[in-house]
Amino acid sequence: MGSTGIGGRQALLGLAALLFLTNIYLIFLYAPTASEALGIQVQRIFYFHVPSALLGMISFAVAAVMSVVYLTRRNRKWDRIAWASAEVGTVFFTVAIATGAVWAKPVWQKWWVWDVNGTLTFMLWLVFIGYLIVRSYAPTVERGSRWAAVVAIFGAAAVPFVYMAADWWEGVHTERVTGPAAQGSLQSEMFITLMFSLVTFLVLFIALVAERTAQRGNEESIEDLYKEVAS
Amino acid sequence: MKAYLRSATAIYVKDMRLEARTKETFSSVLAFAVIVAFVFGFTFDPNPSTIALVGPGIVWVAYVFTGILGMNRTFAVERDRGTLEGLLLAPVGREAIYAGKLASTTTIMVVVEMLLYPVFLLLFDLDLFNIWFVLVTVAATVGFAAVGTLFSAIASNTRAREVLLPLLFLPIVLPIIIGAVASTSGALEGGGWDRVGKWLQFIIAFDLVFLVLSSWALDFVLEE
Repeated sequence: MGSTGIGGRQALLGLAALLFLTNIYLIFLYAPTASEALGIQVQRIFYFHVPSALLGMISFAVAAVMSVVYLTRRNRKWDRIAWASAEVGTVFFTVAIATGAVWAKPVWQKWWVWDVNGTLTFMLWLVFIGYLIVRSYAPTVERGSRWAAVVAIFGAAAVPFVYMAADWWEGVHTERVTGPAAQGSLQSEMFITLMFSLVTFLVLFIALVAERTAQRGNEESIEDLYKEVAS
Repeated sequence: MKAYLRSATAIYVKDMRLEARTKETFSSVLAFAVIVAFVFGFTFDPNPSTIALVGPGIVWVAYVFTGILGMNRTFAVERDRGTLEGLLLAPVGREAIYAGKLASTTTIMVVVEMLLYPVFLLLFDLDLFNIWFVLVTVAATVGFAAVGTLFSAIASNTRAREVLLPLLFLPIVLPIIIGAVASTSGALEGGGWDRVGKWLQFIIAFDLVFLVLSSWALDFVLEE
């Protein structure tokens, strides 16, 4: 990648900023106030919570697929994308967990509910943390990349099992709580706002991953130059 | 296939002989498990109704913790004695190394887990001598070992092996922990295939997926 495409990346970041301003307008001024069951004003947190949780999942899928490609092709480019996606995904998952808790406390009277989505989000967040830590402990960059790729692939393979186990577990232990997403009674303005927010977060995600991937590329070029000078 | 089985068996026999002579992993892991079980006695009021509620949970927390302790040693012993290179240079496939290591880890773990049955009976009046629970123990331990053996190979190559293994291992085996605790509740409440069968199949499916995945991935992990 190197310095090529820097204009494109800056344009993407600019676009994300513009979209985010519009998004904030839609969330706080355009979208109608929700019913009591959804928490009235607190419901607006959903326009942040749903997109960040969804993008977290997407980032995991990207990291896992790129890891498979990296292990089979052995081109550093794929590893850089997986790494960037994992870093950005960790941030999105953190936002999703925090906003979910802040919403659930006033509405459900508890910070955390052990439902399928919550369990899966938390588990993937932990896998991402392991993914990032395993790299920092690796003796060489190459080995760290390979180990991290294996961690991402294992995490992805565990997803259907976590989903099923948490679903059955929930069936045994608690009544299923219907979240706002399951209610299907979203007013059209709310739906538009949510969709716009999803697009905004998607653009932000792509912009951040592209930026981080390019940074890693530059770091590695500098590293190579150092080696050349030293030898 | 024949060569694969022969090399895997050779590694398994070597590990078992080493363990039979030193009893290093076995004794430390068993002692740790007994201590964990003992400490649990003070974390809640051990009367019959609480035991029925938290019994399956404490059994599996004890098993998972001892499992981590034991699996940390799977590749660490080879590394500390400098025999890992020898093992890698030997003309055997990585899959055979994985299978041998997996079998020895599983054997040690299952033996320790079964030796804990009387300990739980003694301390908590928790009767684990139940054919369904035995099946769950074996199936879940194979799953733990399938994932743990691979991550142990990663962790043993780093400065922070004790911390890294649980960090990588626990999120991935979460489904087995859920399944094992749920089916143990079923078995201890006197349920048979109706309560345990679904989870047992689930755990075995997990085992199969991760056995295949791990023996594929070991190559990438051990490569210098």
